[in-house]
Amino acid sequence: MTNPQDPHAGHDHDHGHEHDHDHAPITADATPGYYEIMEMAVTELMIERGHIGPGEIRRQIEVLDSRTPALGAAVVARAWTDPGFKARLLADGRLACEELGISFYDDTQLIVLENSERVHNLIVCTLCSCYPRPVLGLPPDWYKLKPFRARAVSEPRKVLAEFGTDIPDEVDIVVSDSTAVVRYLVLPLRPAGTEGWSEEELAAIVTRDAMIGVVSVTAEKEAV
Amino acid sequence: MTDSILDKVVPALGELPRFAVGDEVQVIKRFPVGHYRVPQYLRGHAGRVERIIEPAAVDNEEEGYGRNAGGKLHYYRVALPMPSLWPDYLGSPRDELHIEIYESWLEKK
Repeated sequence: MTNPQDPHAGHDHDHGHEHDHDHAPITADATPGYYEIMEMAVTELMIERGHIGPGEIRRQIEVLDSRTPALGAAVVARAWTDPGFKARLLADGRLACEELGISFYDDTQLIVLENSERVHNLIVCTLCSCYPRPVLGLPPDWYKLKPFRARAVSEPRKVLAEFGTDIPDEVDIVVSDSTAVVRYLVLPLRPAGTEGWSEEELAAIVTRDAMIGVVSVTAEKEAV
Repeated sequence: MTDSILDKVVPALGELPRFAVGDEVQVIKRFPVGHYRVPQYLRGHAGRVERIIEPAAVDNEEEGYGRNAGGKLHYYRVALPMPSLWPDYLGSPRDELHIEIYESWLEKK
């Protein structure tokens, strides 16, 4: 049963860290699919004809990698602590984010939707995967799947309940279907019990899912 | 009061938005072949202009087909009542669906 070549030999998987990989070596020996081949061909042609260079492709990947939900959380925490910034953010989301140095490399506009005691906002893109990438990075996989996309606009309360978010009937739900040039970001309600917290402490409890609108922010939860 | 020279400016066709905030509008019901940004589940449904999105944006439906790239259109955030979209809708009658729609897909109700 034990293999001396296997550094993990001799113990089971109950060893103190999350394990969702199977220890197989990482290789890329699968036959590339149709779209992978097309992507490679287009990339090579673009480089060959001098439209873009490999450095530009690498740089764009760096741009994408630098965008994470931590940026959105910083925006939310600033809005919670600075009423002037919040007003500017609600008036023009893109301009206010640019104020913090968050650039909109994809030339999208940003509308920030404020949750209140009366309104809960939820964001979806029924066409594909429009998402506020400049402030949140890449969307989660479930956001791109058809069940979420179809059900978010037709039975949002049921979808939210499946995320553990029960919205009382007296709170209205506004679902924003983002399909063209504008992207949306939810400004969640600041939870009770966070009075006097610093911007950094506040940012740490703001999760990606809260900024999509599928959950609320709670004072106890650690940011995911 | 004398008329200011500024009151005599004539805007070009299409330069000003056709709809105002609060206008009752209808999403045009048409089904052209191809990929269009207005989801089919909203075509033919009525709503209210909630916000005019400024500035006017590139008409990406035309642009997507290589026509008139760079042409701009006015663009609105339209609010539609959820129960009007889904007959069996479960939730508050005040729940709404908001979406951005180009002027070319809207008509006055």
